[in-house]
Amino acid sequence: MSDTGIISIAGYLPRRRLSRKAIVAANQWANPALASLGSGHRTICAHDEDSLTMAVEASRACLARATGFAPGLVQLASTTPPFADRAGSVLLTEALTLSPDIRCADAGGYLGCGAGALIDALDGGRPALTVASDKRAARIASAQELSFGHAAAAVATGTGDLIARFVAAHCLSIDFVDHYRSTGARTDYVLEERWVRDEGHMKIVPQAIAALLDKAGWAIGDIRHVAIAGVSRATLRLIARTCGIDEDRLVDPLDAECGNTGAAHALLMLCHALETAGPGEKILLLNVAQGAQGLLFETTEAIAERRAEGTVRAQLDAGLEDDNYLRFLSFGEQIEVDWGIRAERDNRTALSAFHRHRRTITGFVGGLCTACGTRQFPKGPCCVNPDCRSFDTLVDEPFQHKVGRVRSFTEDWLAISANPPLMYGNVGFDDGGVVMMEFTDFEPGRLGVATPVRSVFRIKDRDPKRLFHRYFWKAAPADMKGAG
Amino acid sequence: MAEGIRDKVVILGMGCSRFGERWDCSAEDLISESFREAIADAGIDRDQIEAAWFGLSMDEQNLGKSALSLSQTLRLPNIAATRVENLCATGSEALRGAVYAVAAGAVDIALALGVEKLKDTGYGGLPERSKGTFNDLWQPGATAPGSFAQFASAYTARHGVDMATLKEAMAHISWKSHENGSKNPKAHLRQRLSKEAIVKAPMVAYPLGLFDCCGVSDGSACAIVASPEMAMRLGRTGELVSVKSMQLALSNGSEMSHDAWDGSYAHTTRIASRKAYREAGIVDPVKELDLVEVHDCFSITELVTMEDLGLSQPGMGYRDVLAGKFDADGEVASNIDGGLKCFGHPIGASGLRMVYEGYTQLLNRAGDRQLSRPRRALTHNLGGFPNYNVCSISILGLLGS
Repeated sequence: MSDTGIISIAGYLPRRRLSRKAIVAANQWANPALASLGSGHRTICAHDEDSLTMAVEASRACLARATGFAPGLVQLASTTPPFADRAGSVLLTEALTLSPDIRCADAGGYLGCGAGALIDALDGGRPALTVASDKRAARIASAQELSFGHAAAAVATGTGDLIARFVAAHCLSIDFVDHYRSTGARTDYVLEERWVRDEGHMKIVPQAIAALLDKAGWAIGDIRHVAIAGVSRATLRLIARTCGIDEDRLVDPLDAECGNTGAAHALLMLCHALETAGPGEKILLLNVAQGAQGLLFETTEAIAERRAEGTVRAQLDAGLEDDNYLRFLSFGEQIEVDWGIRAERDNRTALSAFHRHRRTITGFVGGLCTACGTRQFPKGPCCVNPDCRSFDTLVDEPFQHKVGRVRSFTEDWLAISANPPLMYGNVGFDDGGVVMMEFTDFEPGRLGVATPVRSVFRIKDRDPKRLFHRYFWKAAPADMKGAG
Repeated sequence: MAEGIRDKVVILGMGCSRFGERWDCSAEDLISESFREAIADAGIDRDQIEAAWFGLSMDEQNLGKSALSLSQTLRLPNIAATRVENLCATGSEALRGAVYAVAAGAVDIALALGVEKLKDTGYGGLPERSKGTFNDLWQPGATAPGSFAQFASAYTARHGVDMATLKEAMAHISWKSHENGSKNPKAHLRQRLSKEAIVKAPMVAYPLGLFDCCGVSDGSACAIVASPEMAMRLGRTGELVSVKSMQLALSNGSEMSHDAWDGSYAHTTRIASRKAYREAGIVDPVKELDLVEVHDCFSITELVTMEDLGLSQPGMGYRDVLAGKFDADGEVASNIDGGLKCFGHPIGASGLRMVYEGYTQLLNRAGDRQLSRPRRALTHNLGGFPNYNVCSISILGLLGS
C-alpha cells in the first residue's frame, strides 16, 4: 500500500434546489413522458455561480480541513469552464491566495476529466489539490434537464496525514459515445437509452471493476463502499446484481436530491462516501465516461477525526427549494429577459486595472495598518483611520475568511441584477474593517442589521459583449455552512 | 485665521427655469430661461459679468467637458468661464466659484449657472454608468436609492426605532414636500398625496417606496453675484440678500472603510454645517434659521439631515418630523419650495435652485408659499452616496442683519 492518498476532501452544492415537478409542469405539454421523472430536486447554480465559483468554494472547504497543506499542483477539471482559454486553475489559485510558485493545470474534454485528474495527482505523489466542477446545461424540456445537477468537489492529496490511502487505479479507454457535445454547442446530444445501458455501461463497468480489483488483489466482497458515477440508478442496480455487489454497499448516486453533476460527480460521490466511512474500510470509485476511470482506497484511523460540518449530507439538507423554472432558464442564460435600459451599460473590464488589483479582487486581500492596527478594504497608500492617516504603513490583510455582520442593507429593485432585488450594504468585520458588499444567497426580507455573514467567491458582473466574467466576493449567510 | 466670506458678496439677481419633463426644450433653452430671469432681476448688462462658473454634472455628450457651452449659449463677452462638477453639489459649487471670486476681489460681478437635462437619458432614475476601472471590479452595482436607503436600516439599529415608525416619519416628509410643491408653479410635481398612498407605494429600494424618491428632472438655475460696493454703485436700494457662508466637506474614505461610521448619518454634513454656522455667526440654528432647503433626494435623507444640521437631537429627528417641526408652519420650514422631491432634481441645477428659494423667500417674493419675514436661509447638498459624498452648506441672509 502506498503512502499517498487523500488528506482532505469536500464537496460544494449550490444552495438552490429546483423542483423537478416544476420542470415537468413547464414542459409536459411538449413531452408528456417527462412526467415519470418528476420527483425530487436537482441542484442549480444561482445567477452568480459557475464552475469556477463552485470550485473555489469546494477548495476552501477542503483546504480548511487540511491544516498546513501546501499543494505543489492545482488541477481544475471541468467540461464547463467559464473560459475556453484562460486557466481556471490559475484563477482558482489566486482566489485561494496560494503561492504563485505552483504548477497549475486545467483538465477537460470529457466527463472523465475529474476522476482522471485525481488519478494523475495520486500517481504523481506530490501534494496536489484536484478540483472537479461542472455546471452542465441541458436542452429545454429534455430528460437531462431533470437528471443533471450542478456541483463541485475538491480533493487534497499527497503524503502525511491521510484519511484514505490510495491503493490502485485503472482506466479503460473506450470511445463509447453515449452522448456528446460538439465544440461550440451549449448542450449534449444524447443517444438511445437502452443501447447505452446494454452495449455500453453493462459491458464497460464489470470489465473495469474486475481489472481494478485485480490490480489490488481485492475481491468485490472486500469493498465496503462502491461509488459508480456516470450511470443511472437503474443501471447501477443492474451492475450490482451482475458484479455481485450488495446494494447496501452502493454509495448513493445522489440522483434524487442533487442530480448528476458531470465531471464533478465521481469526486462528489467519493466525498460523500468518505464522510460516512469508518476507519479501515475499502472504497471503490469508478467514473463511467468513454470507458471508465477507477480508483481504490482504504480509509485510515484518521478518518474518525474528520469534521462533521459542511458535509454533502448537510448541504443536501440545507438546500433552498426553488420552483421557478423560468428563473432557472434565465440564470443559465437560456432565455433572454428584458432587464431594461440599465442593462445596456457597457461592462468592459480594464484588464490593466484588473491585473494591478487582482490580489485585492480575486483574493479579497485588504490592508492592515502597522502604525495603528486598523484593518481596511481596499488597501490604499494611506491608512483610513481618521486618527492615523499614515502613508506606507499598510501590509496585506486577507478578508475572505473573516466573519462579518450587516451594518446596513437594502433590497434594490432599481439596480441591475440577474436575480432582483440586488441586495447590498455595509458589512463590518468582527476584527475590524468595513466593506460595502453585495449579499448573495439571501432571500428578500431575510437581511437585518447584525446578521452574521461569511464571504463567498461569486460572479460580480458579466460582459455580454466580450464574454468576460468578473469575479469578486459577496456576503452570504454565515449560518448556511455550505462548503465551509 | 481666515475671516471667511460673510457679507462680502450679495446676490444681484437670480433665475430659475421651470423644472420637470422639459421635452419641449434643450439644455441650451434651459440655460437661457434661467439666465434671462436672473439678468433681468439683476438689472445689469450682460457685458458687466466678468467671470462665470458653470455647473454640469452628468450631461457629457451634449454640453461637453468645458464651459464653452455656457459661453456660447449666452454669447458671453469672452470672459473666463469654468465648468465645475461635484456630484449633487455641482450647482452650489458653481455658486461657490463665483462668490469666492467676488469675495477675493478678483472680479466685481460673477455668474453662476447650473443645468442638467436628464430626461433625454431615458432613465427613470439617474443614469447608471461605470463607477471606474477599479471600483467596477468590486463595488456593488448600487443605485442612488439603494445607497441612501441604508440610512434607514442603520438608523433603526442605532436609535432603536422600529421601521414602521420610521416609514411613517419618512411618509410625513414626502407628504410635506408634495403639500409645499403644490403651491410652486415652477415645481416638477405639483399633486398632493396622502400619507397612506406614500406608505403603500411600490418599493424601489427597501425601505424606500416610489414616493420616498425625488423626481429626475430637467432644469436650470442661475445667480449673478457682486460685491456690496458694486451693488451700491449699481444703484441698488432696498434689501439685499448676502452670502453668510459657503462650506464644503468631502468624504476622505472613512465612511467607506472605517468602523467609526455606522451609516446612520452623514458625517460630512455635520462637519460642513458646524463650519458654516461658525462662519455665519450662528449659535442656535433652530432659532436663527427660518428656512432650510436640504438635499431630500430621498425622504430618509431629509430626516437624518435634520439631525446632522443640529435642527434635531440625534435620534429625535423622526419625532420632530412627525410633530411638524419642519412643516411650512413649523419651527424651521424645510423644503418649502417642494424640495428635490417635488421641485425635481436636475443634478447641476439643484444647489442653485435651493439658493433661489432662499433668495426668493428672503425678499418676500414667494407668493402662496411665502414664509413670514424670514431672515436666514440654509441650503444643503449631499452629493454621491452616504459613504462617499460631497456635502455643501450655504447660508444666506439679508445684508446687515
